Parts: sequence; structure tokens; C-alpha cells
Amino acid sequence: MTRIYNFHGGIHPPENKRQSLGAPIRQAPVPARLILPLQQHIGKAATPLVEVGDQVLKGQKIAEPTGHISAAIHAPSSGIISYIGLQPVPHASGLESSCIVIETDGQEQWCERHPIEDYRSIDKKELLKHIRDAGIAGLGGAGFPTDIKLNLGKDHIVNTLIINAAECEPYITADDALMRERPNDILTGVEIIAHLLQPSKILIGIEDNKPNAIKALRDAIRERNLPIELVVVPTRYPSGGEKQLIQLLTGIEVPSGSIPADVGIVCQNVGTAAAIYRAVIHGKPLISRLVTLTGFALGHRQNYEALIGTPFSVLLEAAEVDRSKMFRLVMGGPMMGISIEDDRIPVIKTTNCIIAATLEEMPPAPPAQPCIRCGMCEQVCPASLLPQQLYWFAKGREFEKARHHNLFDCIECGACAYVCPSNIPLVQHYRFAKSEIRNEEAEQQKAAQARERFEARQARLVREELEKEQRRKERAEAAAKEQARKKAEADATPSDTPDPEAELKKLKSAASIARTKLKKAREALKNAEEKGLDGTEKLKETVAQLEEKATAAESAWQQATGTEQSCP
Amino acid sequence: MTIILTAILILLSLAIVFGVILGFAAVRFKVEGDPIVEQIDGLLPQTQCGQCGYPGCRPYAEAISNGDAINKCPPGGQSTIEALADLLDREVVPLDAEHGEEKPKTVAYIREDECIGCTKCIQACPVDAILGAAKQMHTVIVSECTGCDLCVEPCPVDCIDMIPVPVTPNNWKWPAPVSDPNLIWTDRGRGHLLQEGTE
Repeated sequence: MTRIYNFHGGIHPPENKRQSLGAPIRQAPVPARLILPLQQHIGKAATPLVEVGDQVLKGQKIAEPTGHISAAIHAPSSGIISYIGLQPVPHASGLESSCIVIETDGQEQWCERHPIEDYRSIDKKELLKHIRDAGIAGLGGAGFPTDIKLNLGKDHIVNTLIINAAECEPYITADDALMRERPNDILTGVEIIAHLLQPSKILIGIEDNKPNAIKALRDAIRERNLPIELVVVPTRYPSGGEKQLIQLLTGIEVPSGSIPADVGIVCQNVGTAAAIYRAVIHGKPLISRLVTLTGFALGHRQNYEALIGTPFSVLLEAAEVDRSKMFRLVMGGPMMGISIEDDRIPVIKTTNCIIAATLEEMPPAPPAQPCIRCGMCEQVCPASLLPQQLYWFAKGREFEKARHHNLFDCIECGACAYVCPSNIPLVQHYRFAKSEIRNEEAEQQKAAQARERFEARQARLVREELEKEQRRKERAEAAAKEQARKKAEADATPSDTPDPEAELKKLKSAASIARTKLKKAREALKNAEEKGLDGTEKLKETVAQLEEKATAAESAWQQATGTEQSCP
Repeated sequence: MTIILTAILILLSLAIVFGVILGFAAVRFKVEGDPIVEQIDGLLPQTQCGQCGYPGCRPYAEAISNGDAINKCPPGGQSTIEALADLLDREVVPLDAEHGEEKPKTVAYIREDECIGCTKCIQACPVDAILGAAKQMHTVIVSECTGCDLCVEPCPVDCIDMIPVPVTPNNWKWPAPVSDPNLIWTDRGRGHLLQEGTE
């Protein structure tokens, strides 16, 4: 028998669990419209694989993970994609986010499934890919993609696998019902997880307020003779917090800022284990989950197996809600849940409970009064923080100090606000401070990025200017060189061999000039002889000279053209 | 007499020893640059908008370290002034209205069918967040835009709008708590009553 350790603080709020455990799990109706937010998990939103008008089958992948930490989304029922865009989503802000909307056809026609009968015989990488493809994210509440927790790599050695069955928050009984009715699904899922992680010890932590679930699990473990130890812990909120349960079962305190894997522990929820079983053995992706519908405004308070994407209003109608009695609608439990205004929002992978509360059940919070420094919040804080100090820092906007007082170790369980005699909404103050700090960090990161880009731009402008200068210089140099070259060429031309064509032209014109001159001289001689003028002797001489010259020029030209033609 | 001389000698030798140590330290541990400028620059929002009258955040940081006023940065707003006052141990003063007023975060948006592709906004953008080429349509890289407004002025066809950054579930902030009857704080007390009444 494992020793049970203790964690600091904790409270005992009224459980209010019995109301929803009277009837077995019921199938919720298939709604006419399924609304599937692309972000149902921690990490990046999924990327749609379908377009408006596409016909999809039940279980078909309609969005794939974006990056490492993300999860796939599958069509929970067959139908036609009618819209992809903004829709109200389950979020504290009440804002809209990107969703895929399916008009169901009521056929419930499955796509081709790929079950793995013998998961032990296939490669672990293959098995992990199968789990990733099934879109499984932690069903306990945070919605962390499961395949990442199961694929820790070489730097983490897992010695203890803890299955979280504590379900400590009041009202919620989804895990309890699952354990009562489907203990074998859970145990097969645990076996698959254990096959992947190879831990030396497997513990299931469960609170002692679930005797039927304990019995069902214990019988199943005994029957199958599994090396799993069922550890029953005393009921105390929030024993189901990951770090608190680890402390209860192992005595190890996960250090601030670390994850359980850093101390060799992996924690998985029972619902997640059952989802892994369905994905591996039956090839069914995560398309439905158990949701507790409770609160005194409902006619049927029980657990429903609802398709992911079912609008709250459909579930409320199925549970025969009396809207005149409903004072407020809460998503999640009374401690960590949030009030919602719009009941058109859909069930997502992390929706474990919907409370339709009457005025008597959850009256308006009384007005906050000044802190009297009683210190009760410190006594109940399961994370061993100083809630009162954090409150002052958050209220005074001294976020840096709040951070130094480990604000980010706060799990927002609400125990401090529960015991506060002044009714101060402490958790809201912490949430405010946390989101302010996160926002500031994001802004600083953006500023750093902007600075980097600005500096890169300045550097580029300087470089471009220099390059321009360089190019200008190069161009000037090249132009000067070109000019020098031309000048040198012009100087060199006469001394070089003459242009044969020009020479030819010259010879030709010289020959024709000589011919003309000879003609003129002959005419003059003829004229003189006819008129009997003096100096005919001289003219004769000139003509003879010119004749000689003309013949020389003619022959020179003839020779030149002849050589030209003979040797081109 | 000897006592006085001894005292003077001792003090003199001490002065020489410490002088040597200090001189060595000044050389050995010399700080390159002005670290306070880095710290001031780290607090400024890096929009590079020039509303302070300096050509960018770093020049303004240098000016502040040389004694300029700390209330000239409208994008940073009051929180930046407070952070600067805290760092420099100066008085917190309200934002100087002469340099503009604190506005909600915006991002530039180019109406693309009106863009004529003149590249004037590309040259104006201090963080290279506008994409485009001559006679080609331009567009803003939203994730890199600092919302500095500098591209609006040079646009010859006025096709750039500064639109406020939309609130999505990813950048939504929890509001500071007020006395709101919708807060779920606990079901203490009421639950006890209920259990007694029903079970």
C-alpha cells in the first residue's frame, strides 16, 4: 500500500455531486448544427482541411494541427460544412473565434477507421502518430495535446505514471460516471500509455467520495491482474490539481516553473486514457466526451455523452431546462468555472460540466469588503503562496512584485476566495494581474522585434547608400577608361595600315581627275593648233606629261581593284 | 614631529596604493557605451514614429539620458512615463500633449484596390512592414506593423487607414475586478443550505 502524503492547504466545499449520479450516462441528441472551434486546446489553433459545401463523414479529419503543440479536429457526425468563420466560443471573454460549422444529415455515417488491434507490435512512433491524428487533448480541463506528453524524448525519464481520477471540484461527476461504467476502457488506455512511457510505477489517484468508482476500478484491475495501484486519497479540494495530486501520491513537490516530467512523473486524466483506448483499439478519434449537466434548473441532472460541437442550448433542452428558474449558466465547476451569457456556445474537448443554477443555488456574490488581513487565504492556498500579498500587488498594479511572489504558480483554484471573510474576488484579481503581465511581455517582445527590424533597416539604408556611392565611382572610372581608350585609338589609326576601301576611292578619284585634266589639256591644245596660237609646243609637252600621269593613275587604280578582286 | 611624518607617510602610501587600484579598475572594467541609454531604449515602445521629435526611439533614449523630458512618447503613454520615472528617479509627469495623445493600438491597412503602387509608404515605414514594388499593389505585414502612422502622410491617394487592433480570445485581457454579481467566487454557505434542504 502506497503511503499517502499531504499538500498544503485545501478546503472542503459542499460536494453537490450526488445530484448528477442518479442516472447512468445518457447519449445526448445529435444536433442540427455542430460548431467546432479551431482552438479547443492549449497551443496553436488547428488549420481547416475542408471548405464550405464539402460533405464530411463522421470521424473525418476536418482540421489538422498547426505546428508542434496543437491538435487535430474531426467531424463528430456526418453532414455538410455550412460555414467557416467567427462564432461564439466557450471563452471567458465571450468573444467570437474561428469555427467550422457542420449541418448534420442524421446518417451518422462513419468514415473508414483504422483501429490498431495489437498496439504492442507496431512502432511507438507509429502509435504516437495515431494518437496525434485522433486529436486527443487532455480532457481534465487544460486541454494540453496528449501526444506531446507521451513523447517526451530522451531528456525525460518517466518513472511514475499518475492517472488523475480525483475529480475534486464540486458538482462535476463526468470522470466518476466514466469509471463506474467503463473501467475497462480506462484501464486499456492506461496500458497503452504505460506501453509508450514504460514507467516503473503506475498509480491511479482517486478521492474517497467515489466508492462505486473505486470498486469498479479495483474489480477490473484484479480481474485483469494489472500492475496498477489504486490510491484512495481523502476528499479535499483541490487534490485533483496536477501538482497537488503528485504531492499527495509521491510526496514530491514539482518545482516552480517546472513540469512534472522534469521530476520523472507524467499525469493523465482518466477521460484522456479512455479517449486513447477508443482511438487506438477502435480507431475512433476524439469526437465526443462526457459532460455533467447539473444544477437545479434542470429536469434531468446526469452525465451525457455529447458530441464535441453540440451547442449548450441543445444539451439544456435535452436535460429539460426550466429557463424561468435558471439564474445563471456556468461552464465548468463552481470553483474554477466561468459564468456564460450565451448558450449557443458549443461543447469543446475541455468542457466537463454545465451548471444551470437557480438563484438559491448560486446567488449573486456579496459585495467585496476591505481585506482584514486575517491570513485565512494563506492557510488554504494549495500552492503555498501568499494570496493576501498577491492581492495587494494586483490591486496596486505592482505586477513585477506579484511575479516575484510567484503569481504564476497560482492554479486559480479559488480556495482563497472561498474562505475570504471579506468576500474579495481574489482569483479575479490574480487573473487580471496575470493577463496584464502576459500582455506586457507580449508587447515587450513586439518592441524588441520592431527594434531589430528598425536597426536592420537602418543598416540596410546605410549599406545601400555605400553601394550606390561605390557604383557611381565604378561608373566614373569605367567612363574615364573608355575615353582614354578611344583617344588612344584615334591617335593610332594613321600609322596603322590604311583602310583599303578609302585608298581605292582615292586612287579612283585621282585617276578620274587625271583623265579630266588630260581631256581639258587636249582640248586646249586642239584649240590652239586650230587658231595657230603660240606655245603649242609647251601645251604638247603638258599633254604628254598629263597623259603619262593619267596612265599611271589609271594603272594604279586598275591594279588596286584587281588585287581587291583577286584576293578579297 | 616623527609622529606627524609617519602619519603623512602612511596616508601618502595609502593614497598611492588606492590610486593605483582605482586607475587599474578604471581601465580593466571600463564600460563600453552608455548602459542607461540601453535601459531607456528597452522601455520605449519601439514604434519608431518620431512623435517625440527625434528620428526614432534610440535617439530619444539618448536625448533622455542627456536630460530631455520623459513625457514625449504618446505610443508608450503613461505606463512608459512611469517606468522611465522609476528608472531615472524623476518625477512622474503627464504626457506632453504637444507631441500627441495616447491612442489605442492601431495597425495600418492599405485599401488595395485604390493603391497605385507609388512605393512612398514603403520608404516611410521604419520597420519594413510594407510589402510591394513600383506599380504593384502594396500590403501591410500586420504582425510587424507598429502602428506608427508614418505611412499615412506620404500616401498620394489616401488609401491607408489606421484601424484599431481587434480583440480576439487570444489577446483578450481579464478586466480588473469590480463588484460584479456575475463573479463565481464560491458556493460556500449556500451549498450547505442546499444540502440540508434536499438530501
